[in-house]
Amino acid sequence: MMEKLVIEAGRSEAHYWRDLWRFRELFGFLAWRDILVRYKQTAIGVAWAVIRPLLTILIGAGIFGGLAQLPSDGVPYAVLVCAGTLPWYFFSSALSESANSLVGNANLISKIYFPRMILPASAVVVAFVDFAISLVILGGLMLWYGVMPSWRLLTLPLFILLGFVAAMGPGLLFTALNVKYRDFRYIIPFVVQFGLFISPVFYSTTAIQERFGDTGRVIVALNPMVGIIDGFRWAICGTTDIHWPSFALSTGLSVLLLVLGVWYFRRTEKTFADVI
Amino acid sequence: MAEPIIRVENLGKCYRIRHETRERYTALRDVIARKAKGIFNRASSNRHPESGEEDFWALKDVSFEIKQGEVVGIIGRNGAGKSTLLKILSRITEPTKGRITLNGRVASLLEVGTGFHPELTGRENIFLNGAILGMTKAEIRSKFDEIVAFAEVEKFLDTPVKRYSSGMYVRLAFAVAAHLEPEILVIDEVLAVGDAEFQKKCLGKMGEVARGGRTVLFVSHQMAAVQNLCQTGVRLVNGMLQEVGPVGPVIKNYLTQTHQIAQSSFANRRDRQGTGKIRFEEVLLRDAAGCSVAAFDCGAAAVMALRVTNHSGGPLRFVRVAVGVDNDLGQRITVWSTHLAEKDLPEVNASVHEVKVLVPRMTLAPGRYGYTLFCSVNGETADWIKNAGSFDVEPGDFFGSGQLPEAGQGWFLMEHQFDLSRGGAASSGAALN
Repeated sequence: MMEKLVIEAGRSEAHYWRDLWRFRELFGFLAWRDILVRYKQTAIGVAWAVIRPLLTILIGAGIFGGLAQLPSDGVPYAVLVCAGTLPWYFFSSALSESANSLVGNANLISKIYFPRMILPASAVVVAFVDFAISLVILGGLMLWYGVMPSWRLLTLPLFILLGFVAAMGPGLLFTALNVKYRDFRYIIPFVVQFGLFISPVFYSTTAIQERFGDTGRVIVALNPMVGIIDGFRWAICGTTDIHWPSFALSTGLSVLLLVLGVWYFRRTEKTFADVI
Repeated sequence: MAEPIIRVENLGKCYRIRHETRERYTALRDVIARKAKGIFNRASSNRHPESGEEDFWALKDVSFEIKQGEVVGIIGRNGAGKSTLLKILSRITEPTKGRITLNGRVASLLEVGTGFHPELTGRENIFLNGAILGMTKAEIRSKFDEIVAFAEVEKFLDTPVKRYSSGMYVRLAFAVAAHLEPEILVIDEVLAVGDAEFQKKCLGKMGEVARGGRTVLFVSHQMAAVQNLCQTGVRLVNGMLQEVGPVGPVIKNYLTQTHQIAQSSFANRRDRQGTGKIRFEEVLLRDAAGCSVAAFDCGAAAVMALRVTNHSGGPLRFVRVAVGVDNDLGQRITVWSTHLAEKDLPEVNASVHEVKVLVPRMTLAPGRYGYTLFCSVNGETADWIKNAGSFDVEPGDFFGSGQLPEAGQGWFLMEHQFDLSRGGAASSGAALN
């Protein structure tokens, strides 16, 4: 049976999601390619996925827990930092790689048709694989300090999913903007660097609440990462409580950014091949 | 089959060209600056805010239909809209106007080796490239051995392709593409790669694909390949459809059209030097029989006719004419000159003349050559046009052996023979002395 296809100005909109499903195999192949290539010609290979966050955790725990003596919600400070660092690494590498995915694959875009959303999405998947590997650190630290996991750990995938949403939204937005305005090549590393300090990676949000009260905690939650990191700590440490107003705000923002990202990406997508 | 497999209706593609900026991407700074300027200017003037932009129609009102199993050659000069048409057909870019209805799966091959990753091995790249070209995993697996055999890279399957020779790389890339089995195959000028042997193999494979009942759209500048492969020709001129029909006449019309351009006129050239007593007017290419041609054939007689006018008002003597021939790198390959070949031209009286350069046998290798025209009267430069124009030399049977010379194998051809004799090392040395 022959499939019929009509090419017309504005027509691709209609079959967009069906097309995305049809190209799922290509999506898999691109993710597979990026995973294969990621640690090619490195001496210690995939160990990098563990070493980088591990060093960050040790330094963060040393400075903020050891020197600054910040409160740790009743768990070892290293575990607290770990529950913040791992999702942060996932978010930041997913964001920066998906933001560069279109420009980095310009040759594909100008020569082959496929729903362009595959590229940033597969970049996020690659970051997720690194994240999954780095969970080893979390397991190790929990064993070392004897932190007992509770039933809450089962909710962790939910917060990981939220991490996908949070990374995908700005990722789509930035990558589409990057096609037209290469300025974002310089903006993104800055956002990532800045984000590490405004997100509660090395400190807990309860510490902020103690200092600045409820309002302070809600203002901090204007950052989508706050909800995710709080969620991680709630699921892992079992001591931090979720502060619902701030959690709802930051989750709502993630979703809003995703909607905005998809909208802008779809709107500019058809001109990518002409502009890139 | 009643319904055509491809129906193109009133297709148009408009690009916006910027005159002020040369970069393809905009910097955010410029946009902000322009917007800010716009706010201030709005009150004072109501000019078009982006007056530096102009619409350019790369394709305009193109309509045609193609039946299933047809092999169609799309021909036209550079910039005629061929690539734009292919890009729209393969959905890389959207049309601005009109529509295309396709009754089948399209695979497009606009470049050999799209998506090859240098770090991955040959085996991995076959899968990756196959997926990018639209094959399913199962399809690739079932054709894997065939692809490897076609590319002749069995030994290097597990070597990263960055260590491949360029020949191996291209062979592997084409092998994957050649095993695509869509209902509609769209191919841009991709056969101009690899060595001659492999090109022949590719053309053979393409012919096979075409005979298998699939519809093929093929763009090439090699008219010989178009003639051999296609039944139907689609000719584009300046983004508009000129004609659709049997390939023979379409190619013929195309060649006449390019010929009109090859017959270059110099009336508007300002970059000429000399006193102007004699001016070159135009150049025409002819074959031995005196018929106008678009290009010379290797090994055949070639005539370059230079039309000159005497502007001095009286007869001129001691007129010398020279044509310098450059290769595509701008290096002087040879010169045709009255001074070298014979004496000066006989007296040139006050009118239009045709000076013919007669080359009994074209020994330049296939390729494009530029030429410089020079004319002096009594040792004084009368007209000198550097890079006046160019001509093409097409592969021809130079040696009478049925073999065509390859492009890229040197600049000229030379008659030669081979001789095999027993224990000839010493005697051949003596013969050369």
